[in-house]
Amino acid sequence: MSDDIIAVKPVTTGDMQKSDVVNAHTGQKWAYSQIVKEHFFNPKNLLLEEPAPGQFDARGTVGSPACGDVMDIWIKVDPATNRIADLKWKTFGCGSAIAATSMFSVMITEDGGRTLDEAVTVKPQDIMERLGGLPNRKIHCSVLADKAFRKAVNNYYHATGQHDKVEVEGARVVDTRLNITDKDIEEAVLEGATNLEEVQKKLKVGVGDPEAIPDIEQLIRFYKEKYYGV
Amino acid sequence: MIKLPELPRRTVYLDNAATTATDPRVVEAMLPYFTENFGNPSGLYSASRSASDAVQSARDSIASVLHCRADEIIFTSGGTESDNLALFGIARKYGNNPKWGKHIITSQIEHHAVLLPTEVLKKEGFDITEIGVNEHGEVSAHAVIAAIRPETILVSIMYANNEIGTIEPIAEIGKAIRQWKKEHDRKPLDPPFLHTDACQAAGVLSIDVQELSVDLLTLNGSKLYGPKGVGALFVRRGIQLQPQLVGGGQENRIRSGTENVPAIMGLARALELAQTDRESENTRLSELRNYLWEHAQRLIPKLVLNGHPTNRLPNNLNFTILDIEGEAALLYLDEYGISCSTGSACTSTSLDPSHVILAMGKPYEFAHGSLRFTLGHSTTKEDIDHLLLVLPPVVELLRSISPINLSVDQKQEDIALRGAFVEDGVPHWMANK
Ligand code: FES
Repeated sequence: MSDDIIAVKPVTTGDMQKSDVVNAHTGQKWAYSQIVKEHFFNPKNLLLEEPAPGQFDARGTVGSPACGDVMDIWIKVDPATNRIADLKWKTFGCGSAIAATSMFSVMITEDGGRTLDEAVTVKPQDIMERLGGLPNRKIHCSVLADKAFRKAVNNYYHATGQHDKVEVEGARVVDTRLNITDKDIEEAVLEGATNLEEVQKKLKVGVGDPEAIPDIEQLIRFYKEKYYGV
Repeated sequence: MIKLPELPRRTVYLDNAATTATDPRVVEAMLPYFTENFGNPSGLYSASRSASDAVQSARDSIASVLHCRADEIIFTSGGTESDNLALFGIARKYGNNPKWGKHIITSQIEHHAVLLPTEVLKKEGFDITEIGVNEHGEVSAHAVIAAIRPETILVSIMYANNEIGTIEPIAEIGKAIRQWKKEHDRKPLDPPFLHTDACQAAGVLSIDVQELSVDLLTLNGSKLYGPKGVGALFVRRGIQLQPQLVGGGQENRIRSGTENVPAIMGLARALELAQTDRESENTRLSELRNYLWEHAQRLIPKLVLNGHPTNRLPNNLNFTILDIEGEAALLYLDEYGISCSTGSACTSTSLDPSHVILAMGKPYEFAHGSLRFTLGHSTTKEDIDHLLLVLPPVVELLRSISPINLSVDQKQEDIALRGAFVEDGVPHWMANK
């Protein structure tokens, strides 16, 4: 296998169905595309050695609340152009996390590197598109790369005194009695919940404030659309 | 850049706990029942009679292995159905009788075919006690007896665990329950009953139901070189079950549906064959398994055995490779032709880590890095050597990309990775702690 960045062609559902990886326990097909496999078996931009002092400007580490996997991303920014000069990563994560982060690292650093402003517009959906899709259950793996990167970028802004540029995805409390936030709903949806009952099951609580139900249902619809497009 | 090492490919199937290949001798026993002897055993004409004679001979042969009566065997579609029938059948029969009660005891490491029915029963008003296990995955008979109440109608403990291979003290639990009944003025055929899921144990351990003192026992064809889609439930005569499938009244009205004659013939033949070479095959497999474990430990640092060091199924090896994630390892091994399984959350449909590994008090990261290798009839030393060739570089590769570095004695309470979860919250199985 070559280290070159592989050509990415638009992927059709037909490509996704050519999967050959099957879960032994559930018999469920993982629907990993050829591109996913290429990035899984030949991941790009891994950090394999301890970074030298000054090699990177910032680092972001996040854990997935869905599965417990951990992602670590380092970035080097060219201060003159604000472009990402280098991005390296490590993971305690699954095949999809490896493939998605490898693809993400390519997307951020290709063509001389994206500027920070451009880079933060890359969404998990964009990674998935370039990968030729991931099974629903594995969408949170691409979110993990995105979140670790955003954290690294925020850390970079903090480190360089550009605090106003830090983007905080603040949690909003939707159920005041039980302190359920929109983040909780997002997590539950990423873990596969698709309706109010399943969300409650994932959160291991009922709804404390009946007035919050319409709001919660709307959030479920919103995140379902955001991550699954339905 | 990182690369897969150049190594040969060899097809090595080490997932026999998931399912086994069907033995050609079993296939041979099944074949006549597809096209020649295809009658419905319920009919009165001669084609039916010969089919029903065949089913009867299978029943007799299975009964002789279990040391029970032929009419104590109910054929089902497999282990899941047998477990469901045992749990629902007893619960819905005895649970509604005010004389008995609505309490069921099981363990934290049961198969989902037992655990999920108990969830359903909870909604029907049953009270479920899940007994914990020790660090090796063993249930203690004392803990079972201590959990029994006057309302207890059923105890369901597996004979050997499918993930970690630990063998449970079923005979001891069976005797203790009988003793409890004596002391509490209960007749032998009064509740509580003892059910055991013997799917993993059947080809390997004695399944003499008298010696085990069990009242119900689940069997499955596809784990003992028999066909898939067939199983059996032993139910001691005099114990009643509420049927869960109703219709034509087959299997003593307990389980309706036309008998799957070829599969039933296959199940009987598979069980018979398993008995003949049991001892020698157990020795062969445990030697190969020990060889694998010994050399894996020598070649790969930071491995942790899951399950009991000796009291385990002879073909089962389950260990955690610290700092790596099992799904990734599994896919890399697959690339070299090796099939195995993992307790990682990443491969489960619900994204939950193995409940068995968590029940032994291990942190979830240990479940993430766990691999299970289950050997079978076809496994050779060459197969194991291929695994020993491939596994070390795969582990080295995955460790080189891993940001974590755990210690072998990490405790469940010290959540090494907590910092990574600050913003988005911890996974639910950590939050509950
Ligand atoms: S990152 Fe959680 S399963 Fe992939």
